[in-house]
Amino acid sequence: MNNKMLASHHPLDGQDGEYGQSLWSLAWAKLRKNKLAMFGLGVIVFMTIIAVLTPLLSPYPQEAQDLTLGAVPPSAAHWLGTDTLGRDLLTRLMYGGRVSLLVGFAATAVALVIGILWGTIAGYFGGIIDAAMMRIVDILYALPFMIFVILLMVVFERSFLLLFLAIGLIEWLTMARIVRAQVMNIRRQEYISAAVVTGLSRRQIIFRHIMPNVIGPVIVYVTLTIPGVMLFEAFLSFLGLGVQPPASSWGVLISDGVETMEEYPWLLIFPGIALSLTLFSLNFLGDGLRDALDPRTTVDGDGG
Amino acid sequence: MIRIALNRILQGIPVLFVVITVTFFLIRQAPGGPFDAERALPPEVIKNLEATYRLDAPVYQQYFDYLGNLLKGDFGPSFRYPGRSVTELIATGLPITLELAVYALAVALVLGLLAGLLAATRPRTLQDYLPMALAMTGICLPTFLLGPLLVLVFGIWFEWLPVSGWGYAPGDKILPSLTLGLAYAAVIARLSRGGLLEVLSQNYIRTARAKGLSTPTILFRHALPGGMAPVIAYLGPAIAGLLTGSFVVETIFQIPGLGRFYVQAAFNRDYTMIMGTTILLSALIVVLNIVADLVSIKLNPQLRQKHRHE
Amino acid sequence: MQMSLRSFPYSKKSLLIIVAFLALTGCDLGETNVESAIESQVLHLGNGTEPQDLDPHIVTGVTENNIITALFEGLISEHPESLAPMPGLAESWEVSEDGLRYQFTIREEAKWSNGDPVTAADFVWSWKRILTPALGAEYAYQLYPVAGAAAFNKGEISDFDQVGVRALGEKLLQVTLENPTPYFLSLLAHYSTFAVHPPTIEAFGGVTERGTAWTRPGNLVGNGAFLLKSWRLNYLIEVEKNPDYWDAENVQLSAIRFYPIDNAQTEERMFRTGALHVAATTPSSKIAVYQESDPQKISISPYLGTYFYRFNVTRKPLDNPKVRRALSMSIDREAIVNAVTKGGQLPAYAFTPPETQGYFPPGGDDGFAIRYDISKAKELMAEAGYPEGEGFPTLELLYNTSEGHRRIAEAIQQMWKQALGIDIQLANTDWKVYLSRTNDLDYDISRAGWIGDYPDPNTFLDMMLTDGGNNRTGWSSPDYDRLIAKAATQSNQKERYQSFTEAERILNREAPLMPIYTYTRVTLRDPSVKNWHPNILDHHPYKYIFLEKEGADQ
Repeated sequence: MNNKMLASHHPLDGQDGEYGQSLWSLAWAKLRKNKLAMFGLGVIVFMTIIAVLTPLLSPYPQEAQDLTLGAVPPSAAHWLGTDTLGRDLLTRLMYGGRVSLLVGFAATAVALVIGILWGTIAGYFGGIIDAAMMRIVDILYALPFMIFVILLMVVFERSFLLLFLAIGLIEWLTMARIVRAQVMNIRRQEYISAAVVTGLSRRQIIFRHIMPNVIGPVIVYVTLTIPGVMLFEAFLSFLGLGVQPPASSWGVLISDGVETMEEYPWLLIFPGIALSLTLFSLNFLGDGLRDALDPRTTVDGDGG
Repeated sequence: MIRIALNRILQGIPVLFVVITVTFFLIRQAPGGPFDAERALPPEVIKNLEATYRLDAPVYQQYFDYLGNLLKGDFGPSFRYPGRSVTELIATGLPITLELAVYALAVALVLGLLAGLLAATRPRTLQDYLPMALAMTGICLPTFLLGPLLVLVFGIWFEWLPVSGWGYAPGDKILPSLTLGLAYAAVIARLSRGGLLEVLSQNYIRTARAKGLSTPTILFRHALPGGMAPVIAYLGPAIAGLLTGSFVVETIFQIPGLGRFYVQAAFNRDYTMIMGTTILLSALIVVLNIVADLVSIKLNPQLRQKHRHE
Repeated sequence: MQMSLRSFPYSKKSLLIIVAFLALTGCDLGETNVESAIESQVLHLGNGTEPQDLDPHIVTGVTENNIITALFEGLISEHPESLAPMPGLAESWEVSEDGLRYQFTIREEAKWSNGDPVTAADFVWSWKRILTPALGAEYAYQLYPVAGAAAFNKGEISDFDQVGVRALGEKLLQVTLENPTPYFLSLLAHYSTFAVHPPTIEAFGGVTERGTAWTRPGNLVGNGAFLLKSWRLNYLIEVEKNPDYWDAENVQLSAIRFYPIDNAQTEERMFRTGALHVAATTPSSKIAVYQESDPQKISISPYLGTYFYRFNVTRKPLDNPKVRRALSMSIDREAIVNAVTKGGQLPAYAFTPPETQGYFPPGGDDGFAIRYDISKAKELMAEAGYPEGEGFPTLELLYNTSEGHRRIAEAIQQMWKQALGIDIQLANTDWKVYLSRTNDLDYDISRAGWIGDYPDPNTFLDMMLTDGGNNRTGWSSPDYDRLIAKAATQSNQKERYQSFTEAERILNREAPLMPIYTYTRVTLRDPSVKNWHPNILDHHPYKYIFLEKEGADQ
């Protein structure tokens, strides 16, 4: 699926194009053999489709509550049971999944945009620009970001936007480092020198030749970042700093479920399964992609 | 080596300065002040209180006063607890948080390395898949879910361990340490497995094997030191994570550590306490990162070369 | 690190060691706190948050109260069941005919814990301290019934001799009131009116200095049944029996340990495993469980407090009383207490809790009483120009972040949508933001709670005075103010209550606030704790409490 699209970004024909084509198809072939990764991919696609279509698919409206019903275990009317306000858990889970996935994807996207831009510029120009930019990254790395995010969430009115930004602002650092290393590698390749000689502008070179080649490691990192972000959102929810009701997220559902786990275990089990399954899947997919794109086992990338 | 260390320490100073400045102005942006209370105070009383804590001066004035006091090592008085200095509060909380972090790190290293070793010695067998599946579970379970689950099983069903506390009753430190350490154990397991597998595929290991050395000897004498590089590189961020992440565990188990003080201070607008905690934790993290870097460099001659060239 | 790895060459062996370690350290839990307490008479209490301080003139909270009442005693003490005023440090008192003059005789044996006698002058000194404006005591208003106290506290007079408290002898204290105040004796059991030890305060920094070290263990000089033994922040406060307390022979507990536990789930688990005798809060999901399996361990009792929503009457459309009444009449309070809070709370249709010292707020047959009546509510909305919720703006409901508030807000949000067709947006902020926003009237509707300071309707109704610091709705009614002021001068309880009833009728008609339920106290308590009686203030004088194996009579 990805290989065609990505290959088409590759404007130079000849050897490099061939090389790119074969790299991606090779990777895809490898990935297809990795059952866990394919399972992960399937789950992610499934979850995403459900999340997108939730307003059409959910068995009950999001706000529907039935106080007299209260919390009941799974039944024919409520497949996953109801919560203490008599709200259908499946419905809550579907809407919560939308939020969790959105936070995961959007915050990662923020990190992605900043990280790629920063890393590419630093890596491409090198020299003093690179030194200065990466020194800033080093400095930011040493900040206790968790503490700042908590402070931010306590201090300011909570909003989705703030949540994305806050988490994205932490995650872009690693992204920038990865991209920079990759860009420096590619810059030394011959076809870039060739492009420079043919008189392409720097912008064209960066966006048309370098960026596409950075995508491999970035995808790997993204699949490993999203679960981290989703966990962090859950963690903020535990502190009461997550999304606003009546919206909820898997993190909110789990931290609510923990409180009543002895009386109403289903309120913990199903959100727990949903979150863990998604995190598992993303991790498996990330591992699979890493193996597929790089024949040797790399050791970095789990940090932080 | 010393030059690198000095260099790093010099880099750390601007970091701390940024932390202090950003935090200082950020918390003063927060709506709600330290003296807002459920029962409204008469304005005269609030004026008195603000004068006592010099909150009536312009903000930039307060900022320079604060920096000045900081240079003298004075974190100021806590707004929340009359008569307690921030230094006193930190002095009661920090040792507990450090102790918790050390135990959790021990849990992470022992369990993580054990799982990594098991997996790397027999890759692609049950001995690999099982610990790695467990590790993946550890990574995917939020601490605030894992903690109560452990409490439910070991504290309430089996009644083996106390459900909360830190030094109230024998054994009450086990569950918090496990809860905090397991996620890091999982990462260490994966890192050490990867590192070991890489080393085990190298030529000198094959040579050792050909010479007929026993598996444990190869593993412990030859493979481990090299295979540990990624784990050691991870220790810096891990310790930082343990320190800043401890407050979930401190909340669940009601441990009187710095993390709980910090969260309470943020909610109470205890300005000086927020500042003190943030500065202290930042400084700790900066120092630990430097130490981790230096250890990595010391253990890895290649890195040392690289730094010499820089 | 490498050393330790070498010493565990085989994984099975190391697993065994870990298991053995867990077994050794874990299995030997021994006696629980609750079991060993029968012998040692040490009471273990869950006590909410960490106390801010232990200075009776500085603090304001319930957790502080729980500790301070162990360390100090007032002129008056409370009956453990009824809270009726009983002799405390004062062995007797006389009240003048007009109810304006009190004369207390302090008991001869009353001593400070350093051996000094407790004198009438100590009380005069202490009351001067809490009323001194520079101290900034939040609870100074508790003494406002005393003649001249309010003026002195507000800085209108600076001569304390004009305040109605005088030492007539070493042990004789005379108090003159502004108005006959039927609940005055109850106030004297509140910690803000307690005496502190003047030489100690002065030794640690002076009368008006807040937060000096005088409240630390070793420094604190008290006069109560217990002495401060240790204070470890966020961890534990321990008090032990005071052998020199005047009634020491009747004190049976040897010590009390107060644990600051701010997580209700953890507190319940500690209680369940025998680490605590009493849990201060109970998670609502656990109430039914205990009622089913351990009914003797849970008690639900009325509490002198009202949970309510404030309407910001300075904002449209909430400036219209019809809208406010419609909102108040369209929520199903029965469903909220039965399905959401589940702690035996009483649906509240008026601000003052029923049966507050014999007072019942107007309700039921009263023409303007609030009741659950959706059709009437719809009618009111139509009259206000919003038939079926048409054209009604989306209002914001503000509450401070908490699971319980959120659940109630979500339920009410739905009720309003279903009954009136209006949309409400929920906004949760942390406590300080919430306080500053309600204080600045920067909200539409906000959640609130009010706990009475003393058992009298006045503690509720004076909140809504025009200049009341806790009014926080922008609502003002001269008639209401006049009625509350009138009640203050009435010494006949029946006439006084009549004034309150009329005032509360105005409150119902105008509906600046929407009462939701009357609080209850849901307490988890081990049956071995004897003489602990549920009461509306949740006060439990420790001197009567003892611990005894189950089966014995309470």
